[in-house]
Amino acid sequence: MEKWENNKAWFLVVPVLAFVAFSALIPLMTVVNYSVQDILAPGESVFVGTEWFKKVLHDYRLHDALWRQFLFSGLVLLIEMPLGILIALAMPKKGWGVSFSLVTLALPLLIPWNTIGSIWIIFTRPDIGLFGAAINSLGLAFDHTRRPLDAWITLMLMEVWHWTPLVALLAYAGLRAIPEMYYQAAKIDGASAWSTFRYIQLPKMRGVLTIALLLRFMDSFLIYAEPFVLTGGGPGDATTFLSIYLVKIATGQFDLGMASAFSLIYFLIVLLLCFVFYQVLQNVGKGARI
Amino acid sequence: MKGKKKTIALAVYFILLFLPIYWMLNMSLRTNADILSTLTLYPADPTWKNYIKIFTDSDWYSGFINSIIYVTINTMISLTVALPAAYAFSRYTFIGDKHIFFWLLSNRMAPAAVFLLPFFQLYSTIGLIDTYIAVALAHCLFNVPLAVWILEGFMSGIPREIDETAFIDGYSLPRFFVTIFIPLIRAGVGVTAFFCFMFSWVELLFARTLTVTSAKPIGAVMTRTISATGLDWGLMAAAGVLTIVPGALVIWFVRDYMAKGFALGRV
Repeated sequence: MEKWENNKAWFLVVPVLAFVAFSALIPLMTVVNYSVQDILAPGESVFVGTEWFKKVLHDYRLHDALWRQFLFSGLVLLIEMPLGILIALAMPKKGWGVSFSLVTLALPLLIPWNTIGSIWIIFTRPDIGLFGAAINSLGLAFDHTRRPLDAWITLMLMEVWHWTPLVALLAYAGLRAIPEMYYQAAKIDGASAWSTFRYIQLPKMRGVLTIALLLRFMDSFLIYAEPFVLTGGGPGDATTFLSIYLVKIATGQFDLGMASAFSLIYFLIVLLLCFVFYQVLQNVGKGARI
Repeated sequence: MKGKKKTIALAVYFILLFLPIYWMLNMSLRTNADILSTLTLYPADPTWKNYIKIFTDSDWYSGFINSIIYVTINTMISLTVALPAAYAFSRYTFIGDKHIFFWLLSNRMAPAAVFLLPFFQLYSTIGLIDTYIAVALAHCLFNVPLAVWILEGFMSGIPREIDETAFIDGYSLPRFFVTIFIPLIRAGVGVTAFFCFMFSWVELLFARTLTVTSAKPIGAVMTRTISATGLDWGLMAAAGVLTIVPGALVIWFVRDYMAKGFALGRV
């Protein structure tokens, strides 16, 4: 069914634009401004055009960080999206189990991110942490401070532990918003659990799953605090993701111009990929809807 | 039988989810020396020292109060402005609607680190540094778009015949929206309120940059656990346990809305 055409709807949107644009536009312009200048001292800068952008695009450590970032976010989406949906489907629909499940799912989401990293440092220590000790008692050597693979496994576990509940909560609320009559119709038609999921639940969850996927993609692509605290980007550069490298440039080398150019390119990558995801999710399976 | 398998799988997941939280709880009831020296599955000699410190030191508890204040302001603003806008996006076409809708979300996509300096400059210029409203406004940057997107998703799931029927029955748009439409999408409103609260609660970079003392968030206070002698893990864990509480209360209050979902038959 077509939406109603009405340009007066703009009035409903204006307050949102005011609140968002207030914080969005001026800082963005300032960063664009930094990115084309070499700031020698406060108040003293030289226009350098696209120099910083060229430098960023030819930085091989940045290329490595970018591929690492793609791998990380790809794995995150592949694990968290299906797992979150499965959890939502398995959750009870009434009784005390609902309250219990919802509150439990919320717990990891509510801890400040740097604290999560700190807790996992202790949790995964082989000598005094439950997880590290458990792995060691299985006879496996495990040390995320020395072995790159272990560092990755630890980060992925932490990430999945931390953020799968977000997908599950959104998917659950989406499931609960499906009118009962759809299920009754499916029952009358004798639909199997799979076809109910495929042709009723999944299409009806399109909206919430789109936002869940975009959120998980952008937040995992911008991840900073947890790996910074847990591994510090190491061992070596094994878990130096884009944000960690960016902060290294911005604070370590104090190249505000280069860091700004880097930020803008980084932003454009996230924007482009989110746009692609969004377009695909808007159109996938449109023809198959009932 | 199938339902039973599901429940067992869910129970296993919840146990795994609880383990790191349990470890934090375990750490919070022990002294720093004890945490760093021995592995115990439960605190052999539990101490409330860490919690007492947080509840008696005004730096600590005011951090909690500050966070709760600006997070609440932010959640209120986000929901109030996002509800009408999400309705507009889900029901009407208007010039630039698709572009604006996507642009909104793009405000969450920039890496924060380099943006902190211009943010600080902007908020100093208008004299809002170290106020609750500054942090609440700054968090609107990512929470308002999020709220619009989540709410739009839920609103689009409601058939438009409901709106039409109500208008034919003589409802005005505002009255229809408040008395019929919002109750219909309460699952969405509940989940949106929780997510706005959550993202504002755990966001630290902006909150820390825009505050000095009088609106300092709890997360920034927690970095004080790092001292010359290293990190006070017990104190940090206790603060971590307490940071869960306000958000858990929020989801407790909205749980009914989330669980009941679509209530067409009751209108």
